[in-house]
This record gives sequence, structure tokens and C-alpha cells, in this order.
Amino acid sequence: MRIEYDRDACQGHNRCYLLAPEVFDVDDEGYAVLRITGEIPSELEEKAKLAVDNCPEYAITVVQ
Amino acid sequence: MSNAPQPPGTSGSAATPDGDSDLDLTLLEPVEHPPVEDWTTDLDHTISDYAQNAPEIWAELRDECPVAHTDRFGGCWFPARHEDVSSIAHDTENFSSRGIIVNDMGFRGESPVGFAPPITSDPPFHQIARKLLLGPFSPKAVAALEPATRETCRSLIREMLAEAADNDGVVDAATAYSQHIPVRVIARMLGLPETDGEKFRAFIHRILEKPGQVAVTPGETMAAYLEGVILERVDEPRDDLISYLAHADIDGMPLTPDHVFGSIALLLIAGIDTTWSAIGASLWHLAQNPRHHEQLRTQPELWPFAVEEFLRFYAPVTMARVVQEPVQVGQAEMSPGDWVLLPFPSANRDPEAFEDAETFVIDRQKNRHAAFGLGIHRCVGSNLARMELRVALQEWVAAIEAFELADEDPEAVRWATGQVRGPRELPVRILGATPPQPTTQPTGA
Ligand code: HEM
Ligand code: SF4
Repeated sequence: MRIEYDRDACQGHNRCYLLAPEVFDVDDEGYAVLRITGEIPSELEEKAKLAVDNCPEYAITVVQ
Repeated sequence: MSNAPQPPGTSGSAATPDGDSDLDLTLLEPVEHPPVEDWTTDLDHTISDYAQNAPEIWAELRDECPVAHTDRFGGCWFPARHEDVSSIAHDTENFSSRGIIVNDMGFRGESPVGFAPPITSDPPFHQIARKLLLGPFSPKAVAALEPATRETCRSLIREMLAEAADNDGVVDAATAYSQHIPVRVIARMLGLPETDGEKFRAFIHRILEKPGQVAVTPGETMAAYLEGVILERVDEPRDDLISYLAHADIDGMPLTPDHVFGSIALLLIAGIDTTWSAIGASLWHLAQNPRHHEQLRTQPELWPFAVEEFLRFYAPVTMARVVQEPVQVGQAEMSPGDWVLLPFPSANRDPEAFEDAETFVIDRQKNRHAAFGLGIHRCVGSNLARMELRVALQEWVAAIEAFELADEDPEAVRWATGQVRGPRELPVRILGATPPQPTTQPTGA
């Protein structure tokens, strides 16, 4: 499983960073930074999916 | 050379703002707000009937309407569904932020700057004004404020429990606890005395709850208060947000005095009633749901989900826009100059957008709530507000073992009218509590 993050759609709600800090960092202005651009380790898959399901702007998607 | 768009019609020299305090003045002849018979054709969010029954009104409108209208306020729309709220919030071409508080004075600012940037600004200026504020409110900056916020909550709880002890365990959780937390936090950030809280709440009451409906003299306005403070910081900067904004620049150009004033006024107003409302509504919920209270005491892993569910279910803030171009939303044909309310709280309970939308699910796993807005105006203070809400509730449940509403009828609580909705009085009876220790006190003495 991989994650795609759309910086243009992101408005910095920071839900992803709170729920999955191993997968998302946040920059000094509060926009998300995807930490893992490759394959998400299986132990983090559930957290990554939580981030997807809680982003109000639909800025994060799962790609298989 | 700067090519940043400059605000039109701003004076530039005096530190005296013009036009920005209009919302804090009263109408000579306050407009009557008669009771509403039909919410679909005559909705009025500034009367207590609305505030007391809002969730039921939203549900009815989402099902049956779904874009309500009223001729009050010179014409105002109310799209109740998530889909419409979201599309309007994302459409900054047709819907301007130059008016964000629906009022009887017909008062709107001018695009693209408005009287309180960035909340009243439109693109492209909006992003420039917003960028100035993002740093101080980013998650990492806010994390540094958590210990002091926790200490504030603990000392308020100690005082509150002492008051309750003298009063058969009864205390007003809204006025003795939740209202002070955001006041103290933002006063510290701005560099204003925490003891001026009463004044801040008076400005806010007039501007948000009863826009134009409460009498005030020019000397009592927020503008009069802030002008003096800003001038002081222009001359002698300190380590606070007022000094930061007074000396900030856009590509080397200082901000206009109107911009400085507007952004400071915004930070003072935007964070107080909103956060107070969210904390108060959450405590109202816990008072009636001892099982959720107990779960939060024993299952700390619930916090990240519970905080967002409180924000979804009790979202306090409804924003507004002004229609710029003729535009259709569902069946509604909107015309330039019309007001449009953006009821994020109604969107948050839309069954089309949330499973089991009318149920409070403490560990909700899919929660794309819109309590902090959607699109480019996402609440700049959201990280701060979320931290304050979490810490306020964590400290409450840690100290208070059990409590209930002092009045058996949960509807006896008075909910604020206007665009920020939350309980303004919340008498509770404390049934068991352990006063928190000051963190600075040496342990094991
Ligand atoms: C639970 C508490 C809060 C809620 C529910 C809330 C809600 C909102 C909402 C819905 C918006 C969007 C406005 C729009 O779309 O026009 C907004 C904007 C804003 N809020 Fe908050 N807010 C809260 C607390 C705070 C705090 C603590 C601050 C900071 C002191 C703050 C500062 C702002 C600012 C500066 C904006 C304007 C952002 C922009 O236009 O780019 N808010 N807030
Ligand atoms: S939750 Fe979505 S909008 Fe928020 S920071 Fe993450 S990606 Fe951006």
C-alpha cells in the first residue's frame, strides 16, 4: 500500500499528523509533509488509513 | 520591488483604523426580530428559539428544504446540507468573505482585504494575510503552549471546586471554568492583561451574538481599546503577537494600520467564544453521559477520537459569505449582495456525509468534520483550539470523578444566539472530585 498526498488540496487541518505522525510530518506553517513516499510498512497501514479517512479536504488517498 | 497586491482604500498613515469598528456600533433604531413561524422561508439565527432548537431545525431543513431563505438581514440563504456547504466554502469566485457576520446594518467590507484579514479577505490577498499568522499557530508552536494551558485549567478547577464547596456542590461550569481558558491563552499570546477578559467578552457579545443590537458608546468599542495597545507596541515591541503584527511586513512593505488592527481584532474575537462554546458543550454532554465521562477517565487512547467527535457533534461556528455573481445552489437562485450562512454544524450532522450522523460516537474512526471550516479559510487557530479543548477536558475528567447538570432539564441551558453557538450558563453539581495539585509544587512533601 502507498499513500498519495495532494498539497494543493491540503488546508492544514493537521488531522493526518495527529493520527499518523509516523507517516505525516507537518511544516512550520502547518501543512502536511508525507514522510513515507514509498511502500507503507504493514504495521503502519492502519494508521495511514485513519489519516485518509479523517482528512476533511480529501487530500490523501490510498494507492494499492 | 514588491508586487504584492496592496489593500485598496486604506489610509496608510494614522494608527487609527477607519471602518473596522462599524460592527461594534449600535443601530439608532434596532431592528425587530419577531418569532419565526417557518424556518424554511424565514430563518433567523439571532433569536433564542433558533439557538435552543438548532439541531432539530437543521435536521428538518436538511431533509425537506435544503436551502432555506429569509428576507431578514436584507436577504439571507441557509444551505443545510454538507454538500452545499462544502461547495460554497470552496467557491471563492462566487462567494466572497467580505461579509462574514450577518447583521442588520447591511455592513460588509470591501473585497479582497476586508476589515479583519484574513477572515474577511478573498484571493489573492487572503493567502498573503493568512501566511503571516500560520507560523505562530502551527502545531509545533502550539505544543509549546500546552503546559501553561494545563496549569491554567488546574488553577481554575481548584478555584471552582472551592466555590462549589460553599454552594452544595453547584457551580456554573461555563462562567467559572470554560470561558476563562481561551481568554487567558489568547491574552498571553497577544500580550494583553488576562484581567481584561471581561472587556473582551463584552466586545464579543456585541459583535457576535447581537450584531448591531446592543447600545455602546464610541469610547467603549474594541477599536478604542486596541488602538492604544497597538500604538504602545509600535513604539516598544515586546515578545508578543501584537508586536509581531505591528512590525510585520509583506515583501518589505509594512502592513497598513487597518490590516494590523483587523488581524489583531480577529485573533481576539475568533478564539474566545468559539473555544468557550466547544468546551462548554462538551461538558454539557459529559454531564448527561456518565458512561462517556468514565470511558475518558479510564481509556486515554480515546482522546484523539473523542476530541474530534465533540468538535463534529457540537461544532460551534457558522460562517457567512456574500454572493458576488448570480449563482444557483440546488433550487436556490442567489443574487449578488445576498448573504449566505455556512452552517458547518449542520453539515457535520448530515447523514449523507457521516454514518450515524445524529449519534455521538466517542471513538468515531471516520470523521472528516468541518467544525474548523473547509477550503482556504480553514481556522488558523484550529491547532490551538483543539489543544485547549483536549487539555480542558483532560484536566476536568482527571479532577472530577462524577458530576451532573444542576437543573434536571437539559434544555434549561441557555445557548448563545448568532453564529457561535454554545452554552452560556452551565450549572452543574459536582458529585466527587480531587482538586488538582499545582505542577510546580515539589512532590512527595
Ligand atoms: C473550537 C474553536 C474554534 C472553532 C470551531 C473555529 C472555527 C472557525 C471556522 C469555521 C473558520 C472558518 C471561517 C470561514 O470559512 O470563513 C475559522 C477561521 C478562523 N479562525 Fe477559528 N475557530 C475556533 C477557534 C479559533 C482560535 C482559538 C483562533 C485563534 C486565536 C481562531 C482564529 C481563526 C482565524 C484567524 C480564522 C481565519 C482564517 C482565514 O480566513 O484564513 N479560531 N475558525
Ligand atoms: S488532514 Fe488533510 S488537510 Fe489536514 S494537513 Fe493532513 S492532508 Fe492536509
